[in-house]
Amino acid sequence: MGRLIARGMRRRSLAALLALFALPRRALAQPIMNPAPGIDARTINTPQGALQSILKGAEMRKGRVRLELPSIGENGHSVPMTVRVDSPMSEADHVRSIDLVSEKNPVPLMASFFLGPHTGRAEIESRVRLNGTQRVTAVAQLSDGSFWFDAADIVVDESACLDGG
Amino acid sequence: MTARIQVQREARRGDLIEVRIVIQHPMETGFRYDALGRRTPRNVIHRFECRYGGVEVFRASMGAGIAANPYLRFFVRAEKSGDIECRWVDQENASGTVSARVTVNG
Repeated sequence: MGRLIARGMRRRSLAALLALFALPRRALAQPIMNPAPGIDARTINTPQGALQSILKGAEMRKGRVRLELPSIGENGHSVPMTVRVDSPMSEADHVRSIDLVSEKNPVPLMASFFLGPHTGRAEIESRVRLNGTQRVTAVAQLSDGSFWFDAADIVVDESACLDGG
Repeated sequence: MTARIQVQREARRGDLIEVRIVIQHPMETGFRYDALGRRTPRNVIHRFECRYGGVEVFRASMGAGIAANPYLRFFVRAEKSGDIECRWVDQENASGTVSARVTVNG
């Protein structure tokens, strides 16, 4: 029994290690997303649908946003997350909103944060739930209407949602 | 609902004030089943807002993707002395509020 568990753990850490090597290529695969205008209600529960409902046909560009997640989250129930946007946060140029989209959670849109010039600095820290190894995307809308994003890949050893938590 | 807010008491005009808050709440996902096989209904704090001197400065709309006992850290620019007041409501309409007073010099 003990050996079985040990083997299972070894396999899991091996899988995590392999996943780490697999990530950079995936990161290059989809740098820009440009979904079509119009939102199909049936797709709202997919990551693509969630992104479409945020962008409403607009384009998002990589940059200005920095999403920080640990590369390996031992426990998907509570993963520290920090998102920062490079913005002067002035009346004329500020971040309006930041949305967090998960690739694997049952509800892809995890949270939306609404900011303004009074916020002073576009930086938010929280703790998120993640249902497995996946990519998380943070999309920021600036006051000029443009969308910017960053994505972070995370290996989750113990998923949220699948068990008691 | 118990909550804890941490904010510095004094600031200079124009400084950034860091607001940290933890709310005790299960953020029930709706995917859990009890011992009898009944689904525990989804109940999360879906709306959170922060006002400073009566003006809304930060708002969050959250789902089950935010961990239990939600923790938030964000910033507010110091303008004048006043209360930083956070309010939230969950899907069973239970709400809570917590506030902290900030004195702004200069």
